[in-house]
Amino acid sequence: MVSDSLFRLEDFSIEFDGVPVVDRLSIEIRPGETLALVGESGSGKSVSALGALGLLPGNARVSGGRWLEDSDLDRLSQRQWQALRGGRVGFVFQEPMTSLNPLHTVGKQIGETLRLHQGLSGRAARDRTRELLTQVKLPRPDELLDAWPHQLSGGQRQRVMIAMAIANDPVLLIADEPTTALDVTVQQEILALLAELRSAYGMGMLFITHDLNLVRRNADRVCVLYRGREQETGPVEQVFTTPRSEYTRTLIDAEPSGRAAPLKQRDTLLEAHDLSVNFSRPKRLFSRRPSPFVAVHPLSFTLSRGETLGIVGESGSGKTTLAMAVLRLVRSQGEVHFDNERLDTLTGTTLRKARRRFQVVFQDPYGSLSPRLPVSEIVSEGLRFHHPELSESEVNHRVQVTLEEVGLPQDCASRYPHEFSGGQRQRIAVARALILEPELLILDEPTSALDRSVQKQLVELLRNLQQKRGLSYLFISHDLAVVRAMAHRVMVLKDGRVVEEGRCEEVLGAPQTAYTQALVDASVLTVQSG
Amino acid sequence: MPRLSLSPIARRRLAVFRHNRRAWVSLWLFLVLFGISLLAELIANDKPLVMRYDGQWYAPLLVDYPDMEFGGFLPTRADYHDPFTQQQIAEHGWALWPVIPFSYQTLDMQMRRPSPSPPDSRHWLGTDDQGRDVLARVIYGFRLSVFFALVLTAGSLLLGVVFGGIQGYFGGKTDLIGQRLTEIWSGLPVLFLLIILASFVQPNLWWLLGIMLLFSWLGLVDVVRAEFLRARNLEYVRAAKAMGLPSRLIMWRHVLPNAMVATLTFIPFLFTGAITTLTALDFLGFGLPPGSPSLGELVAQGKNNLQAPWLGITAFVSLSVMLSLLVFIGEGLRDAFDPRHIQFAPSASPTAPTATRMTPNGQ
Repeated sequence: MVSDSLFRLEDFSIEFDGVPVVDRLSIEIRPGETLALVGESGSGKSVSALGALGLLPGNARVSGGRWLEDSDLDRLSQRQWQALRGGRVGFVFQEPMTSLNPLHTVGKQIGETLRLHQGLSGRAARDRTRELLTQVKLPRPDELLDAWPHQLSGGQRQRVMIAMAIANDPVLLIADEPTTALDVTVQQEILALLAELRSAYGMGMLFITHDLNLVRRNADRVCVLYRGREQETGPVEQVFTTPRSEYTRTLIDAEPSGRAAPLKQRDTLLEAHDLSVNFSRPKRLFSRRPSPFVAVHPLSFTLSRGETLGIVGESGSGKTTLAMAVLRLVRSQGEVHFDNERLDTLTGTTLRKARRRFQVVFQDPYGSLSPRLPVSEIVSEGLRFHHPELSESEVNHRVQVTLEEVGLPQDCASRYPHEFSGGQRQRIAVARALILEPELLILDEPTSALDRSVQKQLVELLRNLQQKRGLSYLFISHDLAVVRAMAHRVMVLKDGRVVEEGRCEEVLGAPQTAYTQALVDASVLTVQSG
Repeated sequence: MPRLSLSPIARRRLAVFRHNRRAWVSLWLFLVLFGISLLAELIANDKPLVMRYDGQWYAPLLVDYPDMEFGGFLPTRADYHDPFTQQQIAEHGWALWPVIPFSYQTLDMQMRRPSPSPPDSRHWLGTDDQGRDVLARVIYGFRLSVFFALVLTAGSLLLGVVFGGIQGYFGGKTDLIGQRLTEIWSGLPVLFLLIILASFVQPNLWWLLGIMLLFSWLGLVDVVRAEFLRARNLEYVRAAKAMGLPSRLIMWRHVLPNAMVATLTFIPFLFTGAITTLTALDFLGFGLPPGSPSLGELVAQGKNNLQAPWLGITAFVSLSVMLSLLVFIGEGLRDAFDPRHIQFAPSASPTAPTATRMTPNGQ
């Protein structure tokens, strides 16, 4: 069969032990084109790509037609498959931290694909590797040839992965969420690089992502998946301006919207003076202890009752460390006043008693709930400790009320965390904090592990709770869209220093520093307004 | 009444364990054997279970009766194997004997052959070189070994988890000092200590247990410490800290269940290790006091009496069956706790994206 398409799936279905995961998907990629496969987690987008290339475990059943150029992929032998993967098809995965082998140097890992597919070895392989590293715009390629993966940053590792993927001049590049684990400013660079390489090599690209805004900027055509079913396919502009399916419309609308309700009065709850965090570095034998690493440089801020202070920055900017310092979970210098009491001098039992008043919700909804306890235990644990005088029925009643307040179904108290979706788990984490009736809630990237539509729901929930209970939030995020929907004021951190600070609208609307400008540019805000 | 409720993880592990036929069968076999050996007094004893004599009921198993009760003239404990006593009992009533009418230290005085005598209908597995019934000794020896291993494992578990947990949870200086101390402690030679001990006290079961316990927990410390080190930075542990829970509660409720996976996997090896050590000490003669029903002593007898192969064969078979069963159980436990062996439950359908569900209140 001859056609101008590079890669084609026809009525492609995947089942796991009889459970259909992908249902009759048909897509087509032409040379030099980027097709985006979009959907929320669990929609079957990664599975489709893996299944098309025969990379699924044994209990998966694949049916339907799949073609790469003019070879029928169903008829390939094991050996032909091996030649195809990494040869004519290149892969870039999501997690740059784990997709490189930590025990081999960068040069060796790229060299391996060259040796396997092109038979290059020794000097020839090394020269080609250097060339590839230059192509993916890594600085100092000669040094990086002998670097270990741990010496590289996330963005650099992803570049190495891309170098490996294009090493054998593939006709098709499959990029599975290639930028999800990276900072927003780095994301842009990686995507630009991918686009450049694609047009330079005339490759087709299958770009798998959950982020519609990336699609809008970086793809030619888009295919929207929902529970393994194709919702609609078409040119990007068409899908975004006139979405045909209901689901696509909700996805596009899922941007967190609204603003924080204006404050009625200012009544300071939390105040930090010259708060800083240092981590001492290990001391070598017979040498002076090196100067400590300053994670957070001395900074001051205040937070009123009922107010949300957004703390924004990329990874490594010290925003989580700052939160841990306020929570007294890491050692810090400087003064913290909470409701006109010194918090930083409390110790032992007094500190533990005081903790009831400031609670935290963490980023990872999967890691922050103990998998061995039912939800009722998780939520009631703090209450039982801080209020031992409550009877069993009173505790249960409080648990029920709190779970209702965060919008969880009635029957969930006796169930275990693994039975819930990410968004629901985050609600459980919020319930665990709320049941203690805190005055301050520290939210450490509470939405970043969730799908957009779930983020929107959670943001609304948090805003409602703030209204109802007069809670103060310290809201940490790298996602400016969420911050804009939540915060009254914003503090931008870079390398542990405050870069910019002020009212949310002003900072995000008219950034004063280049760094904030870059963050705003890289995030979705400009696309939305444009 | 709180009903027995297992967390879903525990239920899945149990299912994996049951799915492993070999481990499951081994577990039952071992439990049956241990159950039998727990009833050793009812199965192998040199006293009748119940007796009727002159219209009176007697329970020699529970009460020591003097010889005079049964027509003898000695005020000492009756010897029910004595032909005279037996004749008296046959004349005045009856006696219900255990299946094996010998205890582990009964010397059979009525043997027709020199000891060690080969297996026959009287001694199913023959007698050892002092004329004691081998089967009875194996049953009692099995129980003693398992009991020893159980107590030793429980003790090591307690010590290992406490020390490892404290080191791992607090980390820093506590960990550093604790690690160095355990390293020094583990440098002490256990075997020599036992041999030295044997020269100035008569070592009994409790002495041996005590000395072994001083050292056997060291292996667990590293495992538990590593697990605690890992778990103390988990987000739900930090959340518990932020909630103001005291350290002991966090360790008990949140960290320990994590560490138990590695620890439980370790238990079967502690168990078999304890049995092997006890056997080895008995074999060398530094173990339990003479006369105790010990499998190690049986091994030694087998070695000394090569002309009586039933001694060596019995010792070999009983030890190898016991250890193999334990190893199979351990293997099953390890697999059950290995996350790679737990397949995704078929009921876990892919989570539905929530976007469509939110449309009504989203607008």
